[in-house]
Amino acid sequence: MTAYLIKNVSVVGGAPTDLLIRDGVVAATGSGLTAPDAAVIDGTGLVALPGLVDLHTHLREPGREDAETVESGSRAAALGGYTAVCAMANTSPVADTAGVVEQVWRLGRQAGLVDVQPIGAVTVGLAGERLAELGAMADSAARVRIFSDDGHCVADPKLMRRALEYVKAFDGIIAQHAEEPRLTEGAQMHEGEVSTRLGLTGWPAVAEEAIIARDVLLAEHVGSRLHVCHVSTAGSVEVLRQAKARGVRVTAEVTPHHLLLTDEVVGGRGELASPALSPDWSPTASYDPVFKVNPPLRTGTDVAALRAALAEGVIDIVATDHAPHAVEDKECEWAYARPGMLGLETALSIALDVLGPQWDLIADRMSRTPARIAGLDGHGLDPAPGAPANLTLVDPAARRVIEPTELASRSRNTPYARMTLPGRIVATFLRGEPTVLDGKAVK
Amino acid sequence: MIRHLLSGADLDADTATQILDTAAEMATVAGREVKKLPALRGRTVVNLFYEDSTRTRISFEAAAKRLSADVINFSAKGSSVTKGESLKDTALTLQAMGADAVVVRHPASGAPHRLANWVDGSVVNAGDGTHEHPTQALLDAYTMRARLGRLAGLHVAIVGDVLHSRVARSNVLLLSTLGAKVTLVGPPTLIPVDWAARAGAAPAVTDAGPAAGSHPGTDVCYDLDAVLPGVDVVMMLRVQRERMNDSYFPSAREYARRYGLDGPRMRRLPEHAIVMHPGPMNRGMEITPEVADSPRSTIVEQVANGVSVRMAVLYLLLGGNNR
Amino acid sequence: MACPPAAHPSPERQPSVKVILASADVQRVVDRIAHQILEKTQGAADTVLLGIPTRGAPLARRLAARISTFEDVDVPVGVLDITLYRDDLRRHATRAVGPTQLPPGGIDGKRVVLVDDVLFSGRTVRAALDALNDVGRPASVQLAVLVDRGHRELPIRADYVGKNIPTALAESVKVTLVETDGADEVRLCGGTR
Ligand SMILES: [Zn+2]
Repeated sequence: MTAYLIKNVSVVGGAPTDLLIRDGVVAATGSGLTAPDAAVIDGTGLVALPGLVDLHTHLREPGREDAETVESGSRAAALGGYTAVCAMANTSPVADTAGVVEQVWRLGRQAGLVDVQPIGAVTVGLAGERLAELGAMADSAARVRIFSDDGHCVADPKLMRRALEYVKAFDGIIAQHAEEPRLTEGAQMHEGEVSTRLGLTGWPAVAEEAIIARDVLLAEHVGSRLHVCHVSTAGSVEVLRQAKARGVRVTAEVTPHHLLLTDEVVGGRGELASPALSPDWSPTASYDPVFKVNPPLRTGTDVAALRAALAEGVIDIVATDHAPHAVEDKECEWAYARPGMLGLETALSIALDVLGPQWDLIADRMSRTPARIAGLDGHGLDPAPGAPANLTLVDPAARRVIEPTELASRSRNTPYARMTLPGRIVATFLRGEPTVLDGKAVK
Repeated sequence: MIRHLLSGADLDADTATQILDTAAEMATVAGREVKKLPALRGRTVVNLFYEDSTRTRISFEAAAKRLSADVINFSAKGSSVTKGESLKDTALTLQAMGADAVVVRHPASGAPHRLANWVDGSVVNAGDGTHEHPTQALLDAYTMRARLGRLAGLHVAIVGDVLHSRVARSNVLLLSTLGAKVTLVGPPTLIPVDWAARAGAAPAVTDAGPAAGSHPGTDVCYDLDAVLPGVDVVMMLRVQRERMNDSYFPSAREYARRYGLDGPRMRRLPEHAIVMHPGPMNRGMEITPEVADSPRSTIVEQVANGVSVRMAVLYLLLGGNNR
Repeated sequence: MACPPAAHPSPERQPSVKVILASADVQRVVDRIAHQILEKTQGAADTVLLGIPTRGAPLARRLAARISTFEDVDVPVGVLDITLYRDDLRRHATRAVGPTQLPPGGIDGKRVVLVDDVLFSGRTVRAALDALNDVGRPASVQLAVLVDRGHRELPIRADYVGKNIPTALAESVKVTLVETDGADEVRLCGGTR
C-alpha cells in the first residue's frame, strides 16, 4: 500500500501543514514531514477536508443500469470529493429486503471508490401500505440504519408513526420525502406565478410543510429520530426551526440545486440565486426538463431562506439527491420527463458558493454531520493522526465550466451545464487509497 | 418577424394588429368563388395532433389549404404513459419530410416549445395542455374587434375554469397587449392562486384599479353578477363536469347557478355587449341554450373567424423568408 | 432602392438623379391616359379601373376623376392587392397584405383596366392577372401605367403608357404622388449618366 505525503496543505482551513497517509490512516501531521517511501503531493493552496458524505444518492442499480450503476455513481462521487454515499432504496427491485440492500452494499465494495451505504425502504415496494422488514435490513451485512421511501412520501400518519417507533430498536432513522400526495396530484413544478404562466400543475409549498409539521410532531410524540430530505421552502425552514427549538430530534438536508436555482428557469429565464456565480448564465430554452426535480425548484425567497438556514444550522447538511436519468427520460415533454438532477460532481462547488471559504462549516455540513446522522463511524473525521484516511483535497481557487459530457455519471442531466463553478476536487482518499488524483478518477 | 407562435406573449401590439388586419383581408377570400390564394404554394404544413380536436385541426387545415400549402395530417394521439414514438423522434421525422410549419396540439403544456428546439420550421401552438392556445385568442380578439369596432379600452370578463384554461391564458396575454381590461371570474378554486392574490380578489368587484400583477389591467372577481353590468364582452369558458369530482365545486347545478350565463343574467349586460365561447359548449352548464343562440352570441362567427386568423398566422410565419 | 431627392441643377459626377416628369408633367400624362381610355373604351362604358397598390391605387382614382371631368361618366374604381400572388414572396421578409376593394358592381363581365405606376419586368402584372382571375371574371383586361421602363421578363405590354423611359437595369425609376408621398414626380436614379 503506497504511502502519500501531502505537503503544505491547509487542513480544514488551518495553517499549511504536511499530512502523511500510511496504512489507511492519517499517520502524522505537522510541518517538514519526510517519508522517503511516500508519493509526494504538493498541497500548496489546497484544502484538506474530511471525505464528503452524501446522505441522499440515487445509484439506479439494480434496475436502471443505463442511467447509472453503483460503480459509475461511485466514481462520480469520488470525483466530487465523497468517500461515502447513502444509496436510496427506489431501485428496481426496491431495496426493501435484506437481499437487495446486501447486493447494493456488495456492489459498492466491489467498485471500491466510496463506501456505499444502502438505505432501506420504509414500506414494501415503496407502496406506503405495510412496513418492509426493517430489522432484517438493519441486521444484514449492509447494516442499514436509514430508512426512506424517497420518491414517495410515507403519507399515512399511522404508518409513519409506527416506522418512527419501530426503528428505535436499532437506532434507525426515518428519512422522509415530505410531500402530501393529495396536494401534489399531477404536480409539475412549484405552484406560483411561473406555474400559472406556463400552465403546469402546481406543487404547493404547503404540501411539503404540512408533512414536515406533522412528522416533527410524530417524532416528538414517540421520541424518535426524523430526518427530512431535500427541504425546499422557507416555510419548511420555519417549521424545523421551531421543532429544533423544542428539542425534537429532527435533522434536515438541502440539495445544491435548491440552493442555487429558482422556478424561473423553467420558463427559460431567471438567473442564479447567487448572481456573482456565472453571471452570464441563463437557461437556453423554456420547459427544459433538466430543471424538473422533486421537490421542485422554488422561488428566490425560498432559496434565500434555505441558504441562510444552512449557514445557521437549522438545516444540518447538504445532500445531493443525485438522480441520474437516461436521455429519453429528459429529452421529451416536461410532463413526461422524470424528475431529478445530477449532483455528486458539483455539490461542493455550490456549497462553496453558499458558505464561502468557511471550511469548518463546509466540513460540518457535508461530512461530519451527515456521517453522524448515518452512523458511518469511519467517516466525517477531520484528518488527524490515527483517523481513517478518508479525505479530499480541494483547490478553492480553481474555476471550471460544467460540461455534461465530461461528467463521470452515466447520465447527462446536470442543471449546471455551461455554468462556471468555483472549486475543484484534486484528490480523494478512501482509507488511504487514492480514488481521485490530479482531478481524475484512479479507476 | 416572429418565427414561431407558441404563446400570446410572443405577439407585441404591432404584430398582433398586423395579424388581425391580415385576417380581415383573408376573410374576404371566404366570400369569393375561388376560395384559394397561391401565397404558400410549395410549402408544407403538418398538423401534428396528439389530442382529438377535429374543429381546430379542420380550421388549420382549411387555412393552410386556402393558402395553397400542402397539408399533412399527422395524428399522434396516444396516452402519455404508453409512449409510442417520442416527440423528438417525431420532430426529426417531420424535419426529414421538409415541414415548413408544424401546427401542434398536445396534452402536455410546453410541448410546442420543446418541438421548436428540434425542427427548423415554424411551430404554431394549437393548444398545449393547460398552457396556451394563441390562435384562439387571436380569433377571439378578431371577433371582438369585428363586433365592437375596437379592442383598446374594452372590458372583457373571462368566466369559468381559468385555472385549467389555455384559452384564458392566451386571452389574458393578448388582450392586455392590445389594451383591453380583463376581469377573471369564477369560483376561487378555479382561479390561479397567484393571480387572485395579485389582483386582491374580493367577493365583490373592487374598484382598486389595475392589479399589480404581471398583466396590467387584469383583475379577479368571484361574483359574476357584480361584473356583468360593466363589461363589453363576456367570454364563457368550458367547464368540465368532472372537475366536481376533484372538489373544485360541489355540483354542476351549483356551478351553473353561480357562474353559468342564463337569460336573466344576459339581460343584465349592457345593450352592446357580446357573449363568446371558445367551444365546445356544455349547454346547461356554463351557458344556457337561450344565451348560446341569442344574437349577442358570437359563437358561430368565432368558428369562421378562426380560419381567417389562422390563414393570417400561417401567412405571416411562412409567407416570406423570415429566417 | 433608396433614391435621394432630385437635386436640381446637378453637378457632373454624382449618384445621378434625374427628374423625368415634374408635377405638371404627371398631371398632363394622367390627363392623356384618361383621354386614351375614353377613346379606346367607347366612353368608358362597362369599364372598371383597378389600381395596384401602392401607387396604382391613387392613380386609378385620379384617372376616374379626370374621366368624369372630361365626359361626365362615373367609372367604378377599386383596389387590387396582389401581395399574396407575388412570385417573389420567399425572397423577402413577409410582406404586409393590403386591402382589395372591388367596386360595388363587381368586375364580372366588365372591362377592367389595371392601373400601376411603373411597368418593368411584368411580374407585378402577372400577379395582378392571377389575382383578378380569382376575384371575378372580367370580359377583358387592359393595362395602364404611368411609366414603362422596359426590361420585360414576361409577354406583357401596356395598353396605355404615360411615358416610355429607356433605362439601364442598374437604374431605378421612382414615382412619387401627392396622395402617397406629398408630391408628384418621376425620377430616374442610379446608373452612370
Ligand atoms: Zn425525494
